[in-house]
This record gives sequence, structure tokens and C-alpha cells, in this order.
Amino acid sequence: MSTLQKHTDREYEAELETLKEKLLLMGARTEELISQAMRAFAERDADSAKLTMRIDRQVDQLELDIDQLCLKILARRQPVASDLRLITTTMKLVTDLERIGDLGVNVCERVIELSAEPPLPATQSVTRIAEAALAMLHDALDAFVAGNTELAEEVIERDGQVDSYYAQLFPELLQLMMKDSGSVFRATRLQSIAKYLERIADHATNIAEMVVFMVRGKDVRHAFALSRGDG
Amino acid sequence: MIQSVALLRTSEATRESAPSPALPSTTPDRPKMRAEALRAHFGKTEVLKGITLPVESTTVTAIIGPSGCGKSTFIRCLNRMHEVVSGARVAGKVLLDHQDIYAPDVDPVRVRRRVGMVFQKPNPFPTMTIRENVLAGLKLNGLRPKDTEELVERALRQVALWDEVKDVLNRSGTSLSGGQQQRLCIARSLALEPEVLLMDEPCSALDPIATARVEELIHELCERYTIVIVTHNMQQAARVADFTAFFYLGELVEYDRTDVIFTRPSEKKTEDYITGRFG
Repeated sequence: MSTLQKHTDREYEAELETLKEKLLLMGARTEELISQAMRAFAERDADSAKLTMRIDRQVDQLELDIDQLCLKILARRQPVASDLRLITTTMKLVTDLERIGDLGVNVCERVIELSAEPPLPATQSVTRIAEAALAMLHDALDAFVAGNTELAEEVIERDGQVDSYYAQLFPELLQLMMKDSGSVFRATRLQSIAKYLERIADHATNIAEMVVFMVRGKDVRHAFALSRGDG
Repeated sequence: MIQSVALLRTSEATRESAPSPALPSTTPDRPKMRAEALRAHFGKTEVLKGITLPVESTTVTAIIGPSGCGKSTFIRCLNRMHEVVSGARVAGKVLLDHQDIYAPDVDPVRVRRRVGMVFQKPNPFPTMTIRENVLAGLKLNGLRPKDTEELVERALRQVALWDEVKDVLNRSGTSLSGGQQQRLCIARSLALEPEVLLMDEPCSALDPIATARVEELIHELCERYTIVIVTHNMQQAARVADFTAFFYLGELVEYDRTDVIFTRPSEKKTEDYITGRFG
């Protein structure tokens, strides 16, 4: 992507640059929301969680702005080739980022509930999922900026690790609940947070798949399931 | 379908006593036409530098590229119109149903009957009526069809002009709107029952509605005819063509399915051109 010349039409070039900048800002805000939510989780800080939830409004506003700009470019410029792939990818990517923002808000809501309760030992296992999911999101956005398909493919592969961490957490929480029925409320909240994080990793995977499409024009979504003949 | 022997000069064709040898039939995966190492000159200037390109049967192939890239010259070579210009030369081959139209025994007039052309500006003959314009090509070729009324109606129906002009067939061709005139010119080409139709920027002088009608017509005609269209309008190429070839400075840079060219071209030069980064 970076080897292409600039568009002859400077206004068009500026519109595409603005689009990329807004998308990067939305990605940065989303990352910020998730990392602050996890800090509030680690520090059991309800006030910080409440403040963090407000970032989602900026994420939502950016989604609207970016969608509007994409529509404007589609209507006025009829983009083709790499420009077309950038626009269509962006329109999908903002949906994933917006969903990640919503999941961050869900994490904050559970943090607020948990902050009033005594801590549970499984917290570390949740943090491990969070670190892996956040790193995936960060690298997926880096891959987008650099048009780096190798990094994007690495992100796609790392989703299995997050799924595995999540699968390991479930029996851990089950044991806690079986030992102490008083932990059920907290354990189910922790399980929810872990699920949100696992979903964030899925959205990061979607972003990485879209980066591969944007750069190479090759659709790598559902490749494994389709090759097996799954539905 | 006209056999390849139809390309021969009349005298030679009439000399043939035995039927012409069976040539491979044109099927969708076999090109109707094929340029092979085609070179074209205007004097000392080489405007086509060895183009090899297939034209698939009953499809639309668009030729795109910046001004001066040789796209109009290319299609003019496909029906031997290039050589009509003083100082113009052609080298290489152009196969029509596997027969080289530049072979010494081929009659260019017969080539042009099989490979018709529609030009940028609608050019009905101003002194002729609508009916006469449809029949003009036949008359110039010395052909006298039995039922001219039926032929006129069929040609005008093919270009969706019949209902608009059936009551005014004796009016001048130039009394029609620009879009109608262009469809009349297409009807004039179709009256000769060509197999290939070359269109050199056929919509550049038309408004968007007339353009849409011609594009719709191209879509309908390609069921029966093989169409090659030169266009400056890339959206038009994307809309009407099955295959697209990108020319630059007399060379073929890339040829592929139109959806591939406009979503993931292989060549950076193509990418830069179609996304508006040069040209």
C-alpha cells in the first residue's frame, strides 16, 4: 500500500487520509478503553471503571463519522482496487471496533459489581486472557497501519491461544463455586469478563483478516471451516 | 455464422469450388479474435508495441488507458481500419476465428463486414432518412436484401429504437437526439450482421440517460455479438465489460476479468491508473 503514488486529485487524497486518521483514532480509543477497564479490574476501582465507560461515547461517535465519510467517498469517488478495499474494509472494521468498545463497557459494569465484593483467586487467569486479547488488538491495528500481512496472520493464529486460556478458566471457576457457594456471584462475573475478553480477541482476529484482504485482495475469513466443509 | 472463407477476396472466394476446410469452432473458452505480437505505426512512430490479447466470444472486452496509449489504434487494427490512414502500418497477426485478417489473400472490406465499428460521435449520414441510414452499410457493400422493411425493423428493434422511430422512418437521421443517433449508428452496423462490434468511446458525446441506454444495449447485444469497447470512463468499463485490458504507452500492461482488474489488479501501474494516481 505504501508504495502507491498519491492520487492526482488532492481532495480525494485528503479524504482518504482523514479516513485513515479517524480509523486509527477509533482504534486507539478502543485500546485505551480496554486497557483502562482492565486496570480498573486489577485495582478493583469502581470510579475508574465508571470514567472509562465514557470513552465508549467517543468510539461510537467515531463510528458514525467514519461510516458517513465512507458513504461520501463511495458516492462521490467510486473508489476501485486498493481504495475500494480500504473503504469496504474500514466499514467492517468500525463495526468490530464499536463492538470491542461495547464489550469494554460490559467489563467495566462487571468491575463495578465486583469491586464491592472480596477478591477471588482466579483473577490472575482473567488477567492472562486480557493481556493476550489486548496484545492481539494492538497488533491487529499495527498491522492495519503498516499494511503488514505477516503480523496480521500472526494475530489470526494467536486467537487459538486466547480460546485455550478461556477454556482453562472455566473448570477453575467451577471448582471455586463448588468449594464455596458464596463465590458464585463473583465467579459468574469473572466468567463473564473472560467471555468479553475472548470475544474481543475474536474481533481482533476479524480486523487482522480484513487487513490481509485489504493488502492482498485475498479473503482469508472462515478458511479453515470452509476447507473442512463445515457450515 | 459466416465461415472464415468469407474473408477471402471475392474473386478468390468464387474460385473455391470445394467447401472451405472446417476450422475450429469458436466456443466461450476460445477467443473469437486474438491479436498476436501486434505492432502499429504512424510513420516512424510506433503506437502499438507488440500486443497479444484475446477477445473472447460473445463477451464485452473493454480497453482502458490514458490518452495516447494506443487503445483506439488497437481496435482500428481489429478491422483493418488503421491501414486506411496514410503512413500507417501494421505488423503481427490478428486472428478472427483463427484466420489472420492480415493474410495476403484477405479482403479488408469483408473483414469490416464481419467486424463492425461504432464511433465516438454519432455520425448518421445527414442527407439520409432513418431508414436509409440503417440500410447504408448494406448499400455501400453492394448488398440488396430481399425484405428491407423487415431488416430495418429488426436492426432498429435490436437497438431498442424501433418504438421511438417507427412512425418517422422517413425523417432525417440527424433529426434524432444524440443518444438516438448513436443507437441508429449501432443499428446501421448491426444491419450488416457483423460477428464482432468495435465501439470507440460510444458514449462520450451522450448524456447520462442516453449513456445508460447504450450500456443496457451493449449488455443485450453481447449475448449474440462479441464486443470490444474503448472507453475513457472507467466506471463504464467496470459496468459493461466482462474482461478489461489496460494499455499504457502502446503496451498491454494487464488483462483480466473486469472484477479482478477493479478490485485487485496485479500490476502497480494498473492500480495507479484506475485509482487516479496518474493519467
